[in-house]
Amino acid sequence: MQLFLQNLLNGIAVGAIYALIALGYTMVYGILKLINFAHGDVFMLGAFTGYYAGRWAGAHTSGQAGTLMSWVVAGGVMLLAMIVCGTFGYLNERIAYRPLRNAPRIASLITAIGVSFFLEYGGQFVFGPDPKFFPTLVEKHVIQFGGITTTNYQLIVLAVAIVFMAILQYIVYGTKFGRAMRAVSFNYETASLMGIPTDRIISTTFIIGSSLAAVAGILYGLSYPKIDPLMGILPGLKAFVAAVLGGIGNVPGAVVGGLAIGIIESFVGGSRFSNFTPAIAFVILIGILLFRPSGLFGKYEAEKV
Amino acid sequence: MRRNFLKFLTIILAVALAGCPPKNETGGGGNAATNGGDLLIGEYGSLTGAQATFGQSTHNAIMMAMDEINAAGGVNGRKIKVLTEDDQSKSEEASTAVTKLISQNSVLAVLGEVASSNSIAGADVCQANKVPMITPSSTNPQVTKKGDYIFRVCFTDDYQGENIARYAATQLHIKRAAILTDVKNDYSTGLTSTIERVFTSLGGQIVGKSSYSNGDNDFHSQLASIRATNPEVIFVPGYYTDVGQIAIQARELGMKQPLLGGDGWESPKLIEIGGRALDGSMYTNHYFYADETPVVRNFVQRYKDRYGAIPDGMAALGYDAARVLADALKRAKKLDGASIRDAIAATRNFDGVTGTITIGPDRNAVGKKIIIEEVKNGQLTLRATIQPNGATPTATAAQ
Repeated sequence: MQLFLQNLLNGIAVGAIYALIALGYTMVYGILKLINFAHGDVFMLGAFTGYYAGRWAGAHTSGQAGTLMSWVVAGGVMLLAMIVCGTFGYLNERIAYRPLRNAPRIASLITAIGVSFFLEYGGQFVFGPDPKFFPTLVEKHVIQFGGITTTNYQLIVLAVAIVFMAILQYIVYGTKFGRAMRAVSFNYETASLMGIPTDRIISTTFIIGSSLAAVAGILYGLSYPKIDPLMGILPGLKAFVAAVLGGIGNVPGAVVGGLAIGIIESFVGGSRFSNFTPAIAFVILIGILLFRPSGLFGKYEAEKV
Repeated sequence: MRRNFLKFLTIILAVALAGCPPKNETGGGGNAATNGGDLLIGEYGSLTGAQATFGQSTHNAIMMAMDEINAAGGVNGRKIKVLTEDDQSKSEEASTAVTKLISQNSVLAVLGEVASSNSIAGADVCQANKVPMITPSSTNPQVTKKGDYIFRVCFTDDYQGENIARYAATQLHIKRAAILTDVKNDYSTGLTSTIERVFTSLGGQIVGKSSYSNGDNDFHSQLASIRATNPEVIFVPGYYTDVGQIAIQARELGMKQPLLGGDGWESPKLIEIGGRALDGSMYTNHYFYADETPVVRNFVQRYKDRYGAIPDGMAALGYDAARVLADALKRAKKLDGASIRDAIAATRNFDGVTGTITIGPDRNAVGKKIIIEEVKNGQLTLRATIQPNGATPTATAAQ
C-alpha cells in the first residue's frame, strides 16, 4: 500500500509536467489541425533559458536558497522563460506555419519536423551538446508523511501545474478570447466570416502553448537537473501520446492523458518490468489508435463525404 | 479521415525517429598521402554527448602522451600524428568514426573508446580491416573477444565486478544488496551479472533488482521498489550522469544506503551532479590521483600544468594506452597491422600510470591493481587498494 501510494505520487509529479506539454500540442491541434512537433523542443528551450537565467541570477544575487529572494528569483526565471518561449512560439507560427496556412496539411507537418530539428541541432551548436546541470533555485526539502516520502519540489511542480491549468481553463472557457479561440477551432472559415481575427487568435494560441512548455521546462529542470539539447524529444513524444490519449484537441483530455501516462510509467518502473518503462507510452499510443482513435474524451466526428 | 491522419502521423514519427542524427565530427581531416613521414594514429571517443567527460579526459591524455613522445624523438625518428573523431557517445557513430579513420585516413592503429558499447562497435570495424585497436578503459569482456587485433590496457568487468562484490561481502559485511542496472548499456549488464554471481556465491543475497535505460531522468519508482526490499547497499553499475541523479533521488526517498559501483562513475562531473547525496558511496577505479608513487605524481603534475584540472582515471588509462601503442610501434618489425599487433601482444611489465601493464593471452592487461574510492564530504578519498595475486607492484619498466 505504501509502495502503491509512493508510485502514485511520483507518477502524478511526472504526469503534471507531461500534461503541461500536452496542453500545447492539443491547443495547436484543436485550432490548426497541426501537430506541432517542435513543441517538445520549445520545452527544451524553456529549460535552457531557465538554466542561463538561474545561473546569472545566482551569480548576481546573494544566492541564499530558502529565502524570500530565492522565490522571487525562481518566479522571475520562470517568467523570463515564458517570455522567451512565447516569443519563439509567435515567430515560429509567423515565419514557418502562417505562409503554409492554405497549403496541404502535410506541408505544415513536415515544416514542424524541420523546426524541431532546427531547435535540436541548433541547440547543440549554441548550448553545446553535453549535459548541463540545472541550478537549484529553491532549497529542496524532504517531506515524510504516513510512510511515503516526497519533496517540496514535487509539491511545487503540482501546485504550479494546477495554477497554470486553472488559468488556461479560465482563458479558454471564461474570456471573450477563449470563445473566439473555440470558434476558430470549430470552423476556421466561418469564424473569419464572423469577423474574428483568426490570425491573431492563432498567434496567441501559439504564445500560450509555448509559455506552458516553458513552465514545464523549468519544472522538469528543477526536478531532474540534467538538461541537454535533445532532452525535449522523449518528453515531447510522451506528451503527444498523452494528448492523443485524452483526445487530441481536448483541453481537459490533455491533462488527464498526461497524468495517466505519468502514473502508468511510474507503476511499470516500480514493477519487475522496469526495463519496458520507456516503451510503455508507445504501447498506449498503438492501443489507443487501434481501439479508440478519438481518445478518451474526443468526440467521434463522422466524415462528410 | 482523422483516424487515418493520426495513423499516418505515427508512421511519420517512426521515420523521423529512425533517421535523424546527422554527422557532427570534429578534428580529423588529415590524409595519409600528404603526411609524409608522420605515423598516423586514429582516436575515436565521446567528446560530446551523454558521456562527454569520458572522451574529453581520454583525448587530453592521449594528446599529452603523444606530444611527450614526439618531443623525445618520436618513434624511431618519426613523429606520431593523432587524428580524432567524435562519436557523440553513440555506438552507431562509433562504427562510422572508425570506418572513416581506417578507410579515408589509413591509420596504422586505433585508440578508443571508454564506453564498452562503443568499443564493441569500433572493434568490429578494426578487426574486419585488420587494424590493431587498443581500448584504454572499456572493461566489458566482449570487447577483446571481437578478435586478435583488439587489446585493452585496463582490467575487465569480470575482475572488477568480482572485487566490488567481494569487498562488499567480506570487508563491508553486507548480506542484503539491491542492483539497479542500465539495460541499454553492455558495460552495466555485464557488470551486473558478475556482481550478482560473486555476491551470492559469497553468501550474500540480492533482494531487489531493477533497471532503467540510459537517458532516463526519473528513478523514483525503481528506487521506491528497491526501498521496499530493505537492502543494506545498492549496486549501481552505471555511468556517472545517471549515478549522481540516482543518489539524489534515493536520498529524496529517505534511503540512506551507500551506493556501490564501478569505474563508470569516474568523472569530474560525478560529484558536481551528485554532491553530498553520494557521501558514503564507493566505486572501483584504475588509479588514485593523490597516489604517492613518482609515476603518478609526475603524470598528475604535467596534466594539471597543461589542462588546469586533475586527471581522472579515464585520462590515466588514455595516457597509458597511447604510450603502450607508441612502445609497440617502436618494437614492431614492420609498420603493418600484423606486425604492430604482434608487438602490442608482446608488451610485458610496461610501467604505466595505472600500474604495470602486461598483455595476457586474451589480449587483456593482466594483474592490474584495483583502487576503491569512497566519497566523503563531497570529496573522493582512497578507501582500499587491492593488489593482484602474485604480481609485484614495483616491477621494472620495459621502456
